[in-house]
Amino acid sequence: MTTEVGSETEVKEKAEESATQSDQSEKATEAESQEVASAEGEEKETEKEKEKEKEKEKEGKGISRYLPWLKKQKSQSQTSPTKEVTPTEEAISTVKQEEEGPAPEVNGHAEEVEEKEAAKSEQVKEKEAESHSNASADTEPAKEEKVDESPDKSAEETKETTEGEGVHEDKKEQEGEVQGEGEGGEEGQTSIFQSPLRLVRKTKMKLVVCRVTQMDGADFTCEVEKRAKGQYLFFKVCEHLNLLEKDYFGLSYIDSHEQKCWLDPTKEIKRQIRSNNWQFSFNVKFYPPDPSLLTEDITRYLLCLQLREDVASGRLPCSFVTHALLGSYTLQAEFGDHEPDQPQPLDYISQVTFAPNQNKEMEEKILELHKSHRGMTPAQADAQFLENAKKLSMYGVDLHHAKDSEGVDIMLGVCANGLLVYKDRLRINRFAWPKILKISYKRNNFYIKIRPGETEQFESTVGFKLQNHRSAKRLWKVCVENHSFFRLNAPEPPTKARFLTLGSKFRYSGRTQAQTRVASSLIDRPAPNFERTSSKRISRSLDGAPVISITDTAENGREPHLELHSDSKSPLRVHGDNIYVRHSNLMLEDHDKTQDEVLKHQASISQLKRSFMEAPPPSPPQLNQWEKRLTSSPATTIRVQQQQVVSEPRVEAAAAAADSTISDTKEPAKTGEVEIEETVVVKEVSKATKPGLVTVTVTSSSPDGLSGDKETREQEVKVEEKVVVTVETKAVKQESISSESESEEEAEYHPNVSVSISHTQIPEEDEEEGKIEEDKTTEQDMSAPYVASHPAEIVQLAEEISRGVEESRKEDTEAAKKKIAVMEKEGVKETEESTDDPMMTSDEALNGLTPTGEAVTGLEEEEEPKVNGQASLVEPDQPRPQVICCSEPPVVKTEMVTISDTFAAQKTEIATKEVPIVHTETKTITYEAAQLDGNGDGEPGVLMTAQTITSESLCTTTTTHITKTLKGGLSETRIEKRIVITGDCDIDHDQALAQAIKEAKEQHPDMSVTRVVVHKETELAEEED
Amino acid sequence: MAGLMAGFARYTHAVVRGIPTSLAADALRSSRSDVDLAKARAEHEAYVAVLRTELGLDVVELAADESLPDCVFVEDAAVVCGDTALVTRPGAESRRGETEAMKGALKDLNLNIVEMTDENATLDGGDVLFTGREFFVGLSKRTNQRGAEILADAFKDYAVSTVPMLEALHLKSFCSMGGPGLIIIGSSEPAQKALKIMQQMSDHRYDKLTVPDDLAANCIYVNLPNKGHVLLHCTAEEFPESTKVFEKLKDYTLIPVSNMEKVKLDGALTCCSVLINKKGNN
Repeated sequence: MTTEVGSETEVKEKAEESATQSDQSEKATEAESQEVASAEGEEKETEKEKEKEKEKEKEGKGISRYLPWLKKQKSQSQTSPTKEVTPTEEAISTVKQEEEGPAPEVNGHAEEVEEKEAAKSEQVKEKEAESHSNASADTEPAKEEKVDESPDKSAEETKETTEGEGVHEDKKEQEGEVQGEGEGGEEGQTSIFQSPLRLVRKTKMKLVVCRVTQMDGADFTCEVEKRAKGQYLFFKVCEHLNLLEKDYFGLSYIDSHEQKCWLDPTKEIKRQIRSNNWQFSFNVKFYPPDPSLLTEDITRYLLCLQLREDVASGRLPCSFVTHALLGSYTLQAEFGDHEPDQPQPLDYISQVTFAPNQNKEMEEKILELHKSHRGMTPAQADAQFLENAKKLSMYGVDLHHAKDSEGVDIMLGVCANGLLVYKDRLRINRFAWPKILKISYKRNNFYIKIRPGETEQFESTVGFKLQNHRSAKRLWKVCVENHSFFRLNAPEPPTKARFLTLGSKFRYSGRTQAQTRVASSLIDRPAPNFERTSSKRISRSLDGAPVISITDTAENGREPHLELHSDSKSPLRVHGDNIYVRHSNLMLEDHDKTQDEVLKHQASISQLKRSFMEAPPPSPPQLNQWEKRLTSSPATTIRVQQQQVVSEPRVEAAAAAADSTISDTKEPAKTGEVEIEETVVVKEVSKATKPGLVTVTVTSSSPDGLSGDKETREQEVKVEEKVVVTVETKAVKQESISSESESEEEAEYHPNVSVSISHTQIPEEDEEEGKIEEDKTTEQDMSAPYVASHPAEIVQLAEEISRGVEESRKEDTEAAKKKIAVMEKEGVKETEESTDDPMMTSDEALNGLTPTGEAVTGLEEEEEPKVNGQASLVEPDQPRPQVICCSEPPVVKTEMVTISDTFAAQKTEIATKEVPIVHTETKTITYEAAQLDGNGDGEPGVLMTAQTITSESLCTTTTTHITKTLKGGLSETRIEKRIVITGDCDIDHDQALAQAIKEAKEQHPDMSVTRVVVHKETELAEEED
Repeated sequence: MAGLMAGFARYTHAVVRGIPTSLAADALRSSRSDVDLAKARAEHEAYVAVLRTELGLDVVELAADESLPDCVFVEDAAVVCGDTALVTRPGAESRRGETEAMKGALKDLNLNIVEMTDENATLDGGDVLFTGREFFVGLSKRTNQRGAEILADAFKDYAVSTVPMLEALHLKSFCSMGGPGLIIIGSSEPAQKALKIMQQMSDHRYDKLTVPDDLAANCIYVNLPNKGHVLLHCTAEEFPESTKVFEKLKDYTLIPVSNMEKVKLDGALTCCSVLINKKGNN
């Protein structure tokens, strides 16, 4: 699929462009509607796209000129014309508009994601466009709309017009939204929007009424554009609450399976909620371990509200005494000192729910304790409440039902410190974040890889069975987010995404606790006034209660909203359902970071690299862990890069692919898939290494070895490069659209890696982490000799890598544009002896293509072969089996396999049933140079060293394994490179392969290509439980 | 104010029980040994005296019951934390009757009584280690999963982690709390293993004080308003090496308590009393 798809997409794009151009005339009529859709899609596109857009804007500007209301950039009309010119451009323009309108930070992240999504969606869109072909321009943007349905389109059109006019006015959304929803007058609506918050441009956007249940039970209603991202709504709510320390909170919704899910701020709302029910609730997402460190009382108050609900519902179990104590603080906070004359509290104390099994005795106890709080201010009472609540063992623990490997029902609790395992009420195990090397899920299996203990040699993998893959994915996401929030200084920087092309995996990109604390310390405003109306529940029941007034206001506010809801519901639903597809991208969060922020991140990263480089080489014993981590790290790095890459690369890619897709949300889903693929990649890599070792001995030993030795040092005979390009193309059915399903299948997350990024936070892990980071960052491949574990060399490498990284960014874009025309076969020929094993998985075609050639950057150096082996073992993916066949060389110690392999669905006992790869088609093509003896020289020789270097670019992951084998007095160095290209879009495999080979040759002139294996995986259909 | 987990080991009351004559012959023991009843009684009197005079506790002394040879080891009959008392269901059938008197005494102290009525549940108080922030329950021959669950249900505020027990009779046969966040642990392999499990399972950090002898690791720590850290530990006569370790503790009031006879019946220092904080606050 991949290669073909890629070509197809291009063609499509071209076609679209042409169509768009032709349509331009038509657009005048249809354009608005289409534009709306496109605009929405575009919105998703990230800031990168904006940049591109700038370029493209030229066109858009022209359009804008025509359209008076296009204030900022490209209004609907603008988008349409731009689209006409180039769909991508249009999309970009729209995106820009939307993004620009709203907070830039958020936009940035969101945009990145969107871009990816867009890329994915592009394909879909393209298809749609074809079907819809009425207007080429329309088709692209329309893709989403198409999904949404025609009625939506009309609505969107109206919205768009309104949006275009009132882009800034978004804040007024409610009114405007209502109007917009009415779909009546586009232009008229525009006036309505004025709020700066708007994340999404409103060109032709439809407005949807969202109802958000606050923690005090009151509803908050507001209108948002149909394509608004979660972030937008979240900000609206926070604004309404006057909340600044908002990073601890989030919006949740109930999905179609009655499961509570967190709304991804970076993704469009409609893609996440399955139904038309735009009903959300505002909740605490990350429970601060020490609430006293919160800056504002209002934040503590909101936390109290959440905890009161948690306690009353039984989610946060506590003893009778604690119930009474917490209840008494609640009374004190809400009603002040106990007044003997006023029996009020007695009246409604029985109407307020303090505990699941509240009784008279408890109420009396509450009152008794309340009396003892005399003189305590509401803020103090809240603080005391929190001081006690935070000590509860289940405070901040997010429980998930699961089964252990033996099928026993257990609960997995995710919290600030790690992962807890409960059986009934008993804690039976605990995995602190520092102990967890990798978090992944596949199907309905959830896995954590545990760092080996002091006495253990190998890491182990623990698997749990969730009810379904959705549950597994949800748990995985929660883990990723909690780890990021509580353990990292900063979220994995999105900018790096360029490097990592492969799977776009969900990441937490919001502020971490460390960051939010810093931000909170900068809050400079008088303590905001707010009313403690916790008891809106109470007030409801009591008309005469003092609280009532508050409630009334809330109710008043509600009414109008409610009306709106009713109006909007029907159309909204349609949109939501259709749109849902894009859903998969979860990564980006509140912060979409501005470019400045991004730059900072980069800078910090580079610093880390330097420090890493400077750091003395790990001592031998450390190496083992190091290696282990490294092995695992590639995946993580990939992920990180992917995210980052997504932003920039997506832009680029987006330009190419995204342009066409502009509107599609579907792509995000693909990204999710990408993540999965990433994991696969890692596994593949490891596998490849093994085989590589074997082959190396055979092939290169005699000739190359000499040259190689010279370079390297002493004994190294040959360096063989294997290029494994795995292209996995997943064909996403437009219909199936649901990106979630894809993404849900698998994903990995390496906590350590992230940690490393943060560096400072976890001192213990810092060393290792830092190393990991380096690996990740390194984009440029090191020659085999370099790899040799000498510190000095390493440093150099690191430097190179860092440079390469910088360059790579630029290059990536360029590369993306560049096409590698070399055919796989040709590539093989070029490479003298070597056979390349190309495994290309293309989740994101665009991204993948470019990075592969250039990128190959990530180098993971593993000094010890064992490590490599472990890594490979650890991460078995579908591709493996094929690759593996070749590789079983002694070098790698596979003991790990038994435990770790659980991940590999195929092999895994656990996964076997579900594993059915039904969805995936795998093709493997192997080119072998005649020279190769095969895996084997009979004599494997003695493995001197083995190193694995993994670099990842947007779409491409390159893993390099360098193995030195001592054979009959000669040392052979074998380099295996495995390049995995993952993408949802079409990928030009040939180009990618050619480029990879080219690069490999350039890097290692002395070496020959021994073998090329192309492994294609195509996902036929998505499954959903 | 009253608060969760406030004032670790600040006890005001103790419940003890006399030694029946049947102790010498019928009390359960893991190894054959002859117990000198007179010595045991003298030992116990000294023990109670320390609680009363040295620690200043209100000691509730239950009468011995000849039909319950092990009744002196009251710890197994109840787990008290804060205002809640869990009356257990001892793992040894012969000891089930011990809880009756204990329940009465605890009721008299106005504690909230939770009874373990589930016939599938067994739990000995000796398997329960309360650290001030959480519970560890050893799953031993005397304590099963269900018993631990009921304990978790009785003390909802706290995490309850289970620790598989291999050899020792009770979890506290080789460990105890030696202060806030300080676990005294024996040096045997099972003890060290259990400690590792506990450390892994906990969100909190504990210091450890390792003593050469497992039995010496069972101490009674009390935080007294006027004396601060007080530790009742084994005598140098029994475990000289371990005693040296305790003597290195700074700012502790160390009170050696002889336990030579009761230890023959697997009775450690903590076994012979149930300590209670009736003030609840502070």
